[in-house]
Amino acid sequence: MSFLPRRRPARSIHLVVDPIACDGHGVCAELFPERIGRDPWGFPVIDPAAVPGGLLEHAQRAVDACPRLALHLVSRDAGEDAAPGPRAVSGGAAGRRLARGAAPTP
Amino acid sequence: MRRTAPGGADAGVAPPAGPARLLAGLDDRGGTRGLAQHLEQWGPLRTLDARNLLADLEASGLRGHGGAWFPVAAKWRSVAEAGYRRPVVVANAAEGEPASAKDALLMTRVPHLVLDGASLAARALRARRLVVYCRPELVATVARAADERHRAGIDPLAVEVVAAPGTFLAGQETAVASALNGRQPLPTFAGIHPVRELGVEGRPTLVQNVETLAHVALVARFGPHWFRGAGTEGSPGTMLLTVTGRWEGHTVVEAPLGTPLAEVLDLDGRAADHYWGVLLGGYGGGWVNVDEALGMPLTEEAARGLGSSLGAGVVALLPSTACPLHEVARVARYLEAEGAGQCGPCVNGLAELSGALSSLAGSGHPRPAPSRPRARGGDPVARVLELCRLVEGRGACRHPDGAARFVRTALRVFEGHLAAHRRPGPCGAGPDSRLLPVPAPPAAVRRTGAR
Repeated sequence: MSFLPRRRPARSIHLVVDPIACDGHGVCAELFPERIGRDPWGFPVIDPAAVPGGLLEHAQRAVDACPRLALHLVSRDAGEDAAPGPRAVSGGAAGRRLARGAAPTP
Repeated sequence: MRRTAPGGADAGVAPPAGPARLLAGLDDRGGTRGLAQHLEQWGPLRTLDARNLLADLEASGLRGHGGAWFPVAAKWRSVAEAGYRRPVVVANAAEGEPASAKDALLMTRVPHLVLDGASLAARALRARRLVVYCRPELVATVARAADERHRAGIDPLAVEVVAAPGTFLAGQETAVASALNGRQPLPTFAGIHPVRELGVEGRPTLVQNVETLAHVALVARFGPHWFRGAGTEGSPGTMLLTVTGRWEGHTVVEAPLGTPLAEVLDLDGRAADHYWGVLLGGYGGGWVNVDEALGMPLTEEAARGLGSSLGAGVVALLPSTACPLHEVARVARYLEAEGAGQCGPCVNGLAELSGALSSLAGSGHPRPAPSRPRARGGDPVARVLELCRLVEGRGACRHPDGAARFVRTALRVFEGHLAAHRRPGPCGAGPDSRLLPVPAPPAAVRRTGAR
């Protein structure tokens, strides 16, 4: 998958769910049980740790399969916590783009 | 050093020397300080260029007083660098926290100090719009102040005044942007593009608490060196606190950061018997033992060290006259009802959490018919802690995290009383006494049985 920023080892890739969009279909947990569990109500519980390179393909499959487009892969500077805002790498099946953190062109 | 002698070289107004800065010169009579009195108190607003103002804010160490304690200079920079579109500046006085009254006090008594700060932000960021977002009852006062300024030609652009709903989440940054975009005043998911990049009208947006902006107005006048004359190295300046349960009603106090909390509250160690605990930071903050609270300096670091937060400056003492678990259960029901109802884990989790707490509270006060069904089998306290863990970090906003912290710290601080609830029979404390403020739900959602 060519859009994955392989040549920037200082950045790490994380799974992020938009909890408002998420309806708890559970497809993601089926497809990527290594990092996605489910809570007692069926909503996904995402491992916040970086997704290692070997699992990225599985993560991307879960992202693409979400019927609500609620699951995202984001790239962060290594060591950076969630506060400064991640940058979108892939916004579900609809948005395969490599945004660089700036507001999209109006 | 740009300003060794702090203060108005241009106006001859001396900076406030005492612990009261934002509230300096205010008497108890009430009333709004008009523009003429404001200029007499503080002198004219110096319009620094953006670079100098940002440098001063950075050197001052000022952090946001809305609850997140984010460094102000860094926040402004991130808005300035977020894109080429001109940003929107929002002065946030939504103050959804029922136990907080400091923002309303500022807007009622010294609106021009806040508007000075907002004006400086708008100028420094070359803003396209400047909005004051405040409770409906404040709109008239703020509009009058904005009108005075307009006639005096102070601000770089017209100040818009927009009424916020009185909900708990109204002031949450994404909810503010959503409301100003003409949608529901509810939080949105900002995990990809935060409001400071993509907010009102899709523009970079600075949402800043009004107390913070009032501090900005004084930093711009008297400089960072003066600002650091109060507070500690890591937590400079003063902060406004809304104190509940110590004196009659709500009392807003201004104190230098780092002041012992015992001094702020005017209490000594003997007070420990009179209170169950101290709630710091409000319903998104956490409970602290009275002894620990009285021993701590007023800093965010100290509050976090005790598992709480200063948040937006709420300090609520819970008198030992009533059952603390009833108070906690009542607030948990309020937090459940005030959820936006958007995120599955928060909707489900807070409902079960408030149910579990109600039955835990009810177990100390045997009644013929409990108001809520008992929680499922197993240890009820373990169940509550499990629910806290399940909701934490699972919402689009921090509402579930705050509720979890409120409940978890309550169980720790009220451990002794909890034991009384886990034994059969009454806990010994009076039931519901409504000490912590919880607003009634709006009339519109009450079922009147007319169907």
